[in-house]
Amino acid sequence: MRYAYFPGCSAESTARDMHQSTLAVARALGIDLVEPKGWTCCGATAGHQTDRFLAVSLPAANMAKVQDLNLDMVVSCAACFNRMKVANHEIAAHPAIRKQVSEALERDYDGSVRVRHFLEVLLDDVGLQAVSRACKRSLNGLKVACYYGCLLVRPPKILKFDDPENPMSLDRLVKAIGGESLEWPCKVECCGGGLSLSRTDVVVQLTHSILDLAGGAGADCIAVSCPMCQVNLDLRQQDISRQTGRNYRIPIVYITQLVGLCLGLRPDELGFRKLMVPASTVLERVAAN
Amino acid sequence: MITIKKKTNRPGLKDAVERICGSAVGVCFQCKKCSSGCPVAKLAKSRPSEMMRQLHLGAGNELLESDLVWACASCETCSTRCPMGIDVAGVMDALRKLALERGAPKPAGDVPRFNRAFLKTVEMFGRTYEIGMVAAYKFGTRTWMNDTEKFPTLLKKGKLALLPPLGGDRKTVRRIFKQSKQNRGPQA
Repeated sequence: MRYAYFPGCSAESTARDMHQSTLAVARALGIDLVEPKGWTCCGATAGHQTDRFLAVSLPAANMAKVQDLNLDMVVSCAACFNRMKVANHEIAAHPAIRKQVSEALERDYDGSVRVRHFLEVLLDDVGLQAVSRACKRSLNGLKVACYYGCLLVRPPKILKFDDPENPMSLDRLVKAIGGESLEWPCKVECCGGGLSLSRTDVVVQLTHSILDLAGGAGADCIAVSCPMCQVNLDLRQQDISRQTGRNYRIPIVYITQLVGLCLGLRPDELGFRKLMVPASTVLERVAAN
Repeated sequence: MITIKKKTNRPGLKDAVERICGSAVGVCFQCKKCSSGCPVAKLAKSRPSEMMRQLHLGAGNELLESDLVWACASCETCSTRCPMGIDVAGVMDALRKLALERGAPKPAGDVPRFNRAFLKTVEMFGRTYEIGMVAAYKFGTRTWMNDTEKFPTLLKKGKLALLPPLGGDRKTVRRIFKQSKQNRGPQA
């Protein structure tokens, strides 16, 4: 199994843990990830909030590079995944946009590179049974609230990732590695995303309600696959505690970190030290096997 | 209650919005699913369904001052749930584009400045440079003190990169930004 792997900008800073754990899990499962040379930013929320042309051409620049490699593109960050798929859709649906983009890239790009989330590779290409067989340890009934957020599931017509109201793919993966996936109401609620700095007030309110319901459902941790969700839910627990006196201390872990632990990888290979709320309960439970 | 100021017979924003986002705002029948699912509507003064109605009734530039325009987190719940298939999140993108073009007043939190700071680092380095972006935004909004207590831990944990990213194909990215500025005309 060989793919072009797009790390995304946060892989070099706030989401090094996501990047590290993705690479470690891929290595352990024999998945070959090739980084396209000179990859650049997808534009993220700032891109599409500013200008449609930017929002399409920034991702397209990367997909054009991947097209030369003749591989599927694999993305671990939900935000980059979303922007790539939307850009492909826009280019394929609107010849005028394709023309504009081609002029800026100085080459034609037709929107045909297949973009996959790393979770899709685990679920569909490796398969749950194979992942489960490769596990050396189990989550031991760890109660996991699977949090999909926005960018993995919406818009569903373009992303075609999972059901937009009650997705189950993360849950199935958690069960396959021995965890208990919780039923809870915030799977696809928004954490405030890119408003973290500009409207911290909004992000604190939204993450507070998500943490409250995860805590209420008895979650030992929340599993995510988006760097913005991870940072907002992890970092803002300090602000929530200061503003409201509620101390959640719920670890916010990447799904790849959980899978990696069960594959027998060490916590430091998976970036566990980078979490603001330490995941000691998670580590102790898995080590208890 | 929705208030619409209509002093002249000049056309409202609806046509421009529909042209930019390619969605027919006019088919909205006010079921309000967008507003009930909107995570920020309860924290803002306006609701997406109200803004759709205002567009329908011929609202002009005053709509660009609605706080929801920039408080919207682009979560796309509205677009996903609209029974008429209106891309409500796309309408919000169109309103933001018009707000920038027409010089609407600065919203709470100055989100446009954040977006500019973000994209400036992309234009310079080909990839986001978070420390540079945060500094530019904080300097411009005079919010130096917010979150400063978290920086030492973030740096220690390697959650923030000190140096700008160097591996990106800057040439292509600069061409993209140049063309985007040309498309938007002199005010951009």
